[in-house]
Amino acid sequence: MDLATVWFILIAVLWSGYFVLEGFDFGVGMLMPVVAKNEGERRAVLTTLGPLWDGNEVWLIVAGGATFAAFPEWYATMFSGFYIPLLLILLALIVRGVAFEYRSKLSNLKVRRRYDVMIWIGSFLPALLWGVAFANIVRGIPLKAAPYGNILYDGGFFNLLNPYALIGGLTTLFLFLTHGAVFLTLKTSGSIHDRAKKIATPLGIIAAVLAVVFLVWTQVAYSDKAATWIMVVAGALLWVGAIVAHKVGRDGWAFILSAATLVGAVAFLFWVLFPNVFPASNDPSLSLTIYNASSTEYTLQVMTIVALIFTPVVLIYQAWTYWIFRKRISADVIPSPDEGSLDYPEERPSVQVG
Amino acid sequence: MDVLDLSRLQFGVTTVYHFLFVPITIGLSFLVAGMQTAWVRTNNEKWLRATKFFGKIFLINFAMGVVTGIVQEFQFGMNWSDFSRFVGDIFGAPLAVEGLLAFFLESVFLGLWIFGWDRLPKKLHLATIWLAAIGTMLSAYFILAANSFMQHPTAYTFNSATNRVELTNFFEMLFQDTAKITFWHTISAAFITAGAVVAGISAWLLVRGKSPDVARSTLKLGSITILVAAASLAWSGDSQARIMVEQQPMKMAAAEALYETSAPAPFSIFTIGTLDGSEPIFSLDIPHGLSLLATHTLDGEVQGINNLQAQYEEQFGPGNYKPNIPIAYWGFRFMIGFGMLAAVWAVYALWATRKQRTPKSKWFARIALTVPFLPLIANSFGWIFTEMGRQPWVVFGLMQTENGVSPTSTAGLVGTSLAIFTLLYGILAVVEFDLIRRAVILGPPEEVADPFLVDEETGERPLSITY
Repeated sequence: MDLATVWFILIAVLWSGYFVLEGFDFGVGMLMPVVAKNEGERRAVLTTLGPLWDGNEVWLIVAGGATFAAFPEWYATMFSGFYIPLLLILLALIVRGVAFEYRSKLSNLKVRRRYDVMIWIGSFLPALLWGVAFANIVRGIPLKAAPYGNILYDGGFFNLLNPYALIGGLTTLFLFLTHGAVFLTLKTSGSIHDRAKKIATPLGIIAAVLAVVFLVWTQVAYSDKAATWIMVVAGALLWVGAIVAHKVGRDGWAFILSAATLVGAVAFLFWVLFPNVFPASNDPSLSLTIYNASSTEYTLQVMTIVALIFTPVVLIYQAWTYWIFRKRISADVIPSPDEGSLDYPEERPSVQVG
Repeated sequence: MDVLDLSRLQFGVTTVYHFLFVPITIGLSFLVAGMQTAWVRTNNEKWLRATKFFGKIFLINFAMGVVTGIVQEFQFGMNWSDFSRFVGDIFGAPLAVEGLLAFFLESVFLGLWIFGWDRLPKKLHLATIWLAAIGTMLSAYFILAANSFMQHPTAYTFNSATNRVELTNFFEMLFQDTAKITFWHTISAAFITAGAVVAGISAWLLVRGKSPDVARSTLKLGSITILVAAASLAWSGDSQARIMVEQQPMKMAAAEALYETSAPAPFSIFTIGTLDGSEPIFSLDIPHGLSLLATHTLDGEVQGINNLQAQYEEQFGPGNYKPNIPIAYWGFRFMIGFGMLAAVWAVYALWATRKQRTPKSKWFARIALTVPFLPLIANSFGWIFTEMGRQPWVVFGLMQTENGVSPTSTAGLVGTSLAIFTLLYGILAVVEFDLIRRAVILGPPEEVADPFLVDEETGERPLSITY
């Protein structure tokens, strides 16, 4: 296997990791108003993400960096072409990260509810837009040639909002919502757990319908390989498995299977793409492929060695973090709603807000 | 303003803003790790209280560094896609390695540190803050190596067919002199910044009588950090100046507004009047100063702006190869000046608090709270000088900035995103500043239960922080 193919696979792995990990963050962020009914419960829900969300987001940064390093042409054309969706995603991630860290620093419930809205929007937008972006890549985008064999994006923002891509966006949105509900079922106890458990199944069924439409549409319209049908079937089976495991109360298995479905979905999209990385919808000769978009052999070699040594190390210590924080969390562990806030003494609520 | 100006302004705004949080994160992670180590070794509760207090400020700051950092990585592709195409084969690698080696280490172990007080054994918990601190430092190295390639391209060949530079030796690129000395200088800047944060806040606490036992110790720690870092900044800055004269003589000439090649060259401390090469109205110079700084000899020759301009025209073709001289000149002076002010204050603070003395003056307390801003201003001017002094190049000698901008960008698009970022960053600055102010006013906790002591009845440890 040549190194360009290796890096294509590695980038698929990074995006899979990102979808699995930040996918449940997004889901939890959006589900918070539904599964948490009072301040103690809201803080408990956020505490399930507290030690994890930042490490999860690094998968995105590394996926971006790896694309830059291994396929500079792809990175340059995609990031400049998808300007508005990426700007929206950036703004969402900024607002959401700050809201996670700052919301409970003041005891004023009104301020906290404002932060909760920011967490919701900051989770919703990327969950939808990553699906829209990936669907557009698979579908092909209008490209044009520039000097030195460079390829530029040749469309506007509204080009990206076609029915197929919107189905793709709704698919990731509902997959992440379900994945988040499954995560909360695994990670919480008490009333949060019960609500998450209840809502996961209907969400999972909506996601299943959307995913089947999206995957079959992708396979029929955009795949030039019959073998990718395997992934469509595998994805469907894994998702059904996740829903069944969830139903029978095997929370751990449900989470593993829903994570596996997300990995399968990313693997499917990348397999359909291969060897393209950014295909042109107007003229196939303009498509960016792993060969015309890649770095030199030497850079790929260096990067391969670095990745082979350090990726396993990262996986081990990040997995260990999940093990350390494996304990279920309930609203009972939150001592009082204003615990840890930075209010001045006179601002502290005299009555406990339940 | 056209796309180029707007893209440059956006890069300047978002990067200077990001770099307000970065040096505090790097320096403070080590200082907090040091405080926690002091507690683990001495079992003196004041160090635990210091850890908790400065840890809180560290985390408020860290959140901003994280969220503004993602913008940086995306921005290269969004606004500077032709730059990314041109240098991607070289520049992308340190960025990817930074993510894999540094960002994971930093964020995962910081998560463990924040939430692990009640789950990890004492020594392991201490290790997590050290690992996070090492992560911040690694991250600095890789990104500065990438920047150093832009200042002084090395270990590359130019491929004229694809019009891009290609890497020939990863380690040579990573460990070139420019990268090493820039790293040393930037890390020293991080420590002077964190030292000023710790010492400035501690001095205020001491005067106000809030946890004076903690504040006295952390004031000393912060002030000594400032002084050691200042010495290290002077030394590394001196080495950088010599490297700069060799690699980017135009930047050094611009920093001194030295128009004609001179031997010996004076060091200009202060100039009133224009910097356009005509006679200044008033100028305070150190004779031989620049020669000494740039060549380590009294009469060494330093090249002037006009001579370099003529030389570059011959080498690269007609064009303007001068950076913005007033910005380079004043940026260089403000960097040094504000850094030195912090050091002067640190000496005074140590003197004023010698032998258990406690200053009573309100002004001492007020001025102390401005001290953290001094290195922050110095850092900003330092980077503005470094980056604007390299103009018109984005990669020195290889690519001019105007050729790096995204060909698909429009002024409307970049202008709109610039406006949004400026507005959002402005709001976040207010929010963040308010939280830090509150944390400072509350002061260190009066008492902290030993987080590692197991309650005999419940068999559990005191609850760790929650969101």
